[in-house]
Amino acid sequence: MDELEAIKVTFFQECEELLADLEGGLLAMQDGNDDGDTVNAVFRAVHSIKGGAGAFGLEPLVRFAHVFETLLDAVRSNEVPSTPDLVATLLRASDVLADHVSSARGLGVVDEAVSAAMAAELKACTDPNAAPAPVAAAPVVEAPAFEAVSAAPAEVLIGADDALDDDDLGFDFQPMTITIDEQAADVAAAVGNVWTVSIRPKSDLYRKANETALLLRELARLGPIEAALDASAIPPLDQLDAEAAYATWTVRLETEEDENAIREVFEFVDGDCDLEITRGEALSPDAALAALLAGPAPAAVEAAPEPVVVTEAPVEIKAAPEPVAAAPVVEAAPAPVAAPVAPAPVAAAPAAPAAAKTQQIDVPGPGQSVIRVDPERIDRLIDLVGELVINQAMLAQRVGEYGIAPSSNLAMGLDELEQLTREIQDSVMAIRAQPVKSVFQRMPRLVREVASMTGKQARLVMDGENTEVDKTVIERLSDPITHMLRNAIDHGLESPEERKAAGKNPEGVVKLAALHRSGRIVIEVSDDGKGINRERVHSIAIKKGLISPELQLTDEEIDNLIFLPGFSTADKISDVSGRGVGMDVVKRSVQALGGRISITSRPGQGSTFTLSLPLTLAVLDGMVVDVAGETLVVPLAAIVESLRPKPEEVRPLGPVGSVLAVRDSFVPLIDVGLTLGYREASPPPTEGVVLLVEGEDGSRAALVADAIHGQRQVVIKSLEQNYQQVDGVAAATILGDGRVALILDVDAVISLRRREPPRPVEPTLIAAE
Amino acid sequence: MSEEIITTGAERRELISFRVGEQEYCVDIMAVREIRGWSPATTLPQSPGYMRGVINLRGAVLPIMDLACRLGMPVIEPTVRSVFIVVKAGDRMIGMLVDAVSDILSITDDLVQPTPDLACDAVRSFIRGIISIDGRMISEISLDRLLPEREALAA
Repeated sequence: MDELEAIKVTFFQECEELLADLEGGLLAMQDGNDDGDTVNAVFRAVHSIKGGAGAFGLEPLVRFAHVFETLLDAVRSNEVPSTPDLVATLLRASDVLADHVSSARGLGVVDEAVSAAMAAELKACTDPNAAPAPVAAAPVVEAPAFEAVSAAPAEVLIGADDALDDDDLGFDFQPMTITIDEQAADVAAAVGNVWTVSIRPKSDLYRKANETALLLRELARLGPIEAALDASAIPPLDQLDAEAAYATWTVRLETEEDENAIREVFEFVDGDCDLEITRGEALSPDAALAALLAGPAPAAVEAAPEPVVVTEAPVEIKAAPEPVAAAPVVEAAPAPVAAPVAPAPVAAAPAAPAAAKTQQIDVPGPGQSVIRVDPERIDRLIDLVGELVINQAMLAQRVGEYGIAPSSNLAMGLDELEQLTREIQDSVMAIRAQPVKSVFQRMPRLVREVASMTGKQARLVMDGENTEVDKTVIERLSDPITHMLRNAIDHGLESPEERKAAGKNPEGVVKLAALHRSGRIVIEVSDDGKGINRERVHSIAIKKGLISPELQLTDEEIDNLIFLPGFSTADKISDVSGRGVGMDVVKRSVQALGGRISITSRPGQGSTFTLSLPLTLAVLDGMVVDVAGETLVVPLAAIVESLRPKPEEVRPLGPVGSVLAVRDSFVPLIDVGLTLGYREASPPPTEGVVLLVEGEDGSRAALVADAIHGQRQVVIKSLEQNYQQVDGVAAATILGDGRVALILDVDAVISLRRREPPRPVEPTLIAAE
Repeated sequence: MSEEIITTGAERRELISFRVGEQEYCVDIMAVREIRGWSPATTLPQSPGYMRGVINLRGAVLPIMDLACRLGMPVIEPTVRSVFIVVKAGDRMIGMLVDAVSDILSITDDLVQPTPDLACDAVRSFIRGIISIDGRMISEISLDRLLPEREALAA
């Protein structure tokens, strides 16, 4: 990937963030929070996308962003009032903008008609009376601008080094004149109009990583220019505020273009510099030049036969303030600036204009640096650490077999190794942990689209966006959440009329929340709609032959019927749901991840889907147990306690079942070996160990195992990769002895018990010698 | 292990032949990843009788299938000579437990005869064809259908 491509990739990553900011800001405005800061943030987001897109010559994106930005600018300056309708339009515009970004990225195509209609709508909002804004004239900052800047540090032409060599701190910068005649220096005929442009940048201009040299260059495109720098405002170095702006440029421009064309050059620094554009010769260039030529600057210009890139020394000080500001001794300060032979400090300064300008981002402060790493490298690292954990366990087991005393140096060293391994694993996993925000931020748009498609009014409230979870899980959250949200709006919420009739706010609220609960991530999607129509669900399930009519079901069981395959309550096949992909698919894909999904519903008040997933799909803390000669791992998260039952605590119930009295409650006893089909008759529970477990739905059970070997962190290995899902088994792992052990799916075991006992599998074959 | 070469004009491919009970079977050598000696497998609950369980193959969980049982014959009692052939079937890797590996054959497709009509459906769906070499009858296994269909997990 060449450098420009790499920067482009970064730009698109930032676009994602900016689009999220944009949407967040608009949603805040929708909630009535339309103070100046929010509107400004929204404006900046669009502005930055436009700026970056301009640098890469992404014309359609720039054009649309420009129209969008124009309207936002009007909103910002209160020319256009921010009404709910307007915000709704802006939100839809942000969707189109997102489409443009995707299209520019090569992912998908923009519907030109939609885009044009949206642009027209935006224009109409901006100024309902006036003619449409000249979109075609939207300035496009071309890529060469960027190249020129990146080249700049290498060509820092500082004519003032004589002066800077001076140890006298009271020296003044020498003003210098630079003639930029990139296009037509020898075109003597100054036939065009003469303009005088006075530019006095504010410090914000530099803070936003803009550059006067670029502005001058852009001006030079319009016609021959002569620029004069007035550096008289620059204070002596010991009084110099490195981050302030002091310089003023006066440019004499000869151009055929009109004032607007000149103003457009300064579009990106609008508000960040004092700009005066006057027709005619405000100052006699000859006189000004004569006055200014006293400085050593011309020498610098001569030294560069092709003065394409011009960077002014005083500007560099401000654009890259760190070297100066950070220098503890003032005398040392001029060095990085003054040394033309060593431009590196300037180039390496955090505010390096090259990168910042193209990306249009806020330069992160020191200490906040972020590195971008190819996820494959992290995945590889995690795999390797997984192998390390297995290996370490294997080693520990081998050492244990030799009967080495726990207090020996070897055993202690191994303990330390174990601790270290674990820490490495935790740290590596933390690298891959990400906030669920990346998934959540796609949802507001989905809600808007689904709501408009179904003719419902919905507002999305999100909570816990910063809840962190492993990347492997994040990637697979999107589909279930999308499905649950669609379902909540399509089936959950009533139409605005129905809601009004029921005395509710016509606008329904859909809540999406993420939280950590006992080592798992829980995603809740709730709505304040009508809740599940149990009678209807029940009758549909009977009609479709999914349940028998005689079956008596609790409310909860009826609610969960919607997860049955082949169940769909939509009367008509809508665009939104009912495409044959039902909640059963969601449930199965969630279960495949070791997750659970359940629903609770209150008639008239709404329903809540609860989705719970492991925090990572890579490792698991488990209890290693023996069951009928097999080694199983029970996820620690499910275990409440383990105990050895006393005879009086085990009570028979019914013909075969029995329960365990735990304090004041009775918990069903489940023999794991019997349930999984490892054995046909269970030994008395009093001979084994009981693990009191809690299922996802809060139901408790007492699992009977033969013996407990202890607690261990295991690396999760997929059974499905080479085989398929097995009922009662969540996944597999490899134990210290190199053998595969199965990880028990506690909830499945609890529900398996409710069915008839499975037929026994072939007895375990013992290897022949 | 001897190598038999049969020369005909058509495009040839190589097969690995092995014994299951008294019968000989073979698979395309391109599907074979490795051949390993028997090691005890971890039993899988709720699985058909021909699934012997799973073993650890360098960090991956590999299901082991008793080929004899899959073909409707009595289960193989593993001996020291028992091996499993690791094959790629679709996107999955499985180990086929067989009694012994015998030969590598190089054949052309015109040597493959269609499977005769037999009463047993299992045999017909798992056998692609029959090869006759030196009076031996070797049945070629069709790997695609050996493993049960994975439950469709559409998203």
